Amino acid sequence: MARVHFANVSKRYGDVAAVDDLSLEVADGELLVLLGPSGCGKTTALRMVAGLEEVTEGSLMIGDDLVNDVDPKDRDVAMVFQSYALYPHMTVGRNIEFPLRQRKIEAAERQRRALEAATTLGLEGLMDRKPGQLSGGQRQRVALARAIVRDPRVFLMDEPLSNLDAKLRVQTRGDIVALQRRLGTTTLYVTHDQVEAMTMGHRIAVMQGGRLQQVAPPQELYERPANTFVATFLGSPGMNLIPAERRGDELVTPSGSLTFDSSLASVPQGAVTLGARPESLSLGTDGLRATVALVEMLGAETQVHCTLEGGTTVVVRQGHDEVRPDLGDSVAVAVDPMSLHAFDVESGVRIEATA
Amino acid sequence: MRTQVARRRKDWALAYVLLLPGLAIFAVFTFWPFLQNFKLALYQNPPYPGLPSTFVGLSQVGDVLSSSAFHQSLISTLLFVLMVVPTGLLGGLMLALAAHRALRGMAIFQVIFSSTVVSSVAVAAVVFGTLMDPVVGLLPWLGLDPQPAILSNPTWALPAVAVIAIWQFLGLSFIIMTAGLQSLPEEVLEAARLDGARAPTMFFRVTIPLLSPTIFFGLVVGFIYAFQSFGQIDILIGSQNAEFTHTNVLLYYIYRALSVQNDPGLAAVLSIVLFVILLGVTLVQFRFLERRVHYAGE
Repeated sequence: MARVHFANVSKRYGDVAAVDDLSLEVADGELLVLLGPSGCGKTTALRMVAGLEEVTEGSLMIGDDLVNDVDPKDRDVAMVFQSYALYPHMTVGRNIEFPLRQRKIEAAERQRRALEAATTLGLEGLMDRKPGQLSGGQRQRVALARAIVRDPRVFLMDEPLSNLDAKLRVQTRGDIVALQRRLGTTTLYVTHDQVEAMTMGHRIAVMQGGRLQQVAPPQELYERPANTFVATFLGSPGMNLIPAERRGDELVTPSGSLTFDSSLASVPQGAVTLGARPESLSLGTDGLRATVALVEMLGAETQVHCTLEGGTTVVVRQGHDEVRPDLGDSVAVAVDPMSLHAFDVESGVRIEATA
Repeated sequence: MRTQVARRRKDWALAYVLLLPGLAIFAVFTFWPFLQNFKLALYQNPPYPGLPSTFVGLSQVGDVLSSSAFHQSLISTLLFVLMVVPTGLLGGLMLALAAHRALRGMAIFQVIFSSTVVSSVAVAAVVFGTLMDPVVGLLPWLGLDPQPAILSNPTWALPAVAVIAIWQFLGLSFIIMTAGLQSLPEEVLEAARLDGARAPTMFFRVTIPLLSPTIFFGLVVGFIYAFQSFGQIDILIGSQNAEFTHTNVLLYYIYRALSVQNDPGLAAVLSIVLFVILLGVTLVQFRFLERRVHYAGE
């Protein structure tokens, strides 16, 4: 077990920076999720830890070792691939044993450990099957067993759940978390699925365009997003952004004014981007003037998409006992002033409250 | 209901009309000769054209199959296949491995390595014939003077022809192996690297097993290619050393039976033998491909 430390790490392909000046530390025993849309550099970052991609710039440490130029096989990391990457010509048992075999561990010890890993994942009855005879979920567990069998310093997981169906995904999600907590192995987990990220990670690192946007525990990420990208990427749907202007102690938008809360005291005069989660908006008699553009019922809640005067679209989350508006209704969107976020118009960076 | 039946009948009719040209060509040039060949095998022909042939039934088949010339031909064919196929496949695999890296200019080598597949047999035979020439060839230039000359030497004639066949098969083999290497699952190879596999383990325990369907496909193609080799032998041996029998691989033997010995009956029996052998190889391939689908279902 060991920490993983990125220090100003970059990966460039020609002029394109897949990962740009990444500094990030994964603590010993932590499960850190790398989250971002496809092409954000999260998988490249993971593959650099594995040694499958070279580091262009900066230094990458595993434990106390600088691993920039260390061969993958000497890094003592195990990876679970999206496609599972099992050896199709070997039985489950041989697949799990393979890493031990490469380390010249004697047969009896090898089999004992392979069986132990298989038992942990409920595979002990399938040791003689070939991967082609297994279901997707079983293959996924074989890949996990092959990763845990050699007790590596770091687990790397590259979207390991995305080939499973929705129900199995939820279950396996829980299994992986339980396994990681029990083994206490430092884990770097890549996903584009924010639900996975929120439910699994001790901390989440959000990436976009090769750059790290924010690293924080899930709750903090949700409550205090560092910029508009993180604010809109997390949450389903994401945070509503409303262009506004501070005039004295008044927040003016094209569709009406908002109550100024003292928590926004640090917002400078002039243009500002306001952020409000769908659950801190409600439909009432008093608020921003808007028209209902779409009503989506999801059972326990309803998402009402409203077009504010001035053209901005916001989503209002309603409980199932609230009165649903009809399409085209003129409504007033009330904003909870305590839960407003403020971002710089130019950079999108969060404007912190002066506390 | 009735309109549905009528429409289906119309579909069938259209299908047959569209199939007809293809079927006609197959019937005239493949199926009919194929069936006629069985008939030919039952008749014995006098060595002089124009005289009537006599029905001898299966006795001719028995005669041919038990003749020493046929056995000699089978052995020659087998030797030829054994010389050409493994060497060609191994060579193709080596070249494919060498060219399978993302290096600048590698495309040029890929074109060169695969070029032998598009060069004509006649050209190859003439080039190699010159190289093996006892007067202006490579060996005299190196100061060696084997007697008799390679192509006139009963021991060396078949291997010499095999060299040309190998050279020609190399291009196809290279293309097949390259395609195989390119379709290997990248993540499995990466997993093996992370699992600690060193180069030899990587190659023998992971790459080769993953490549086995490709290798088997190459084996079948090579087998059929070697069985159908004809041009090299006809050009280099046939014209000068017609009395050689150990270069009589099956296909060449068929040709000689027909055009030199004027014996269509013999040629027909040999053709059936060739057909049965190639059919067997193809069936084995089909069985193997089924199994492959079974275990690669990822």
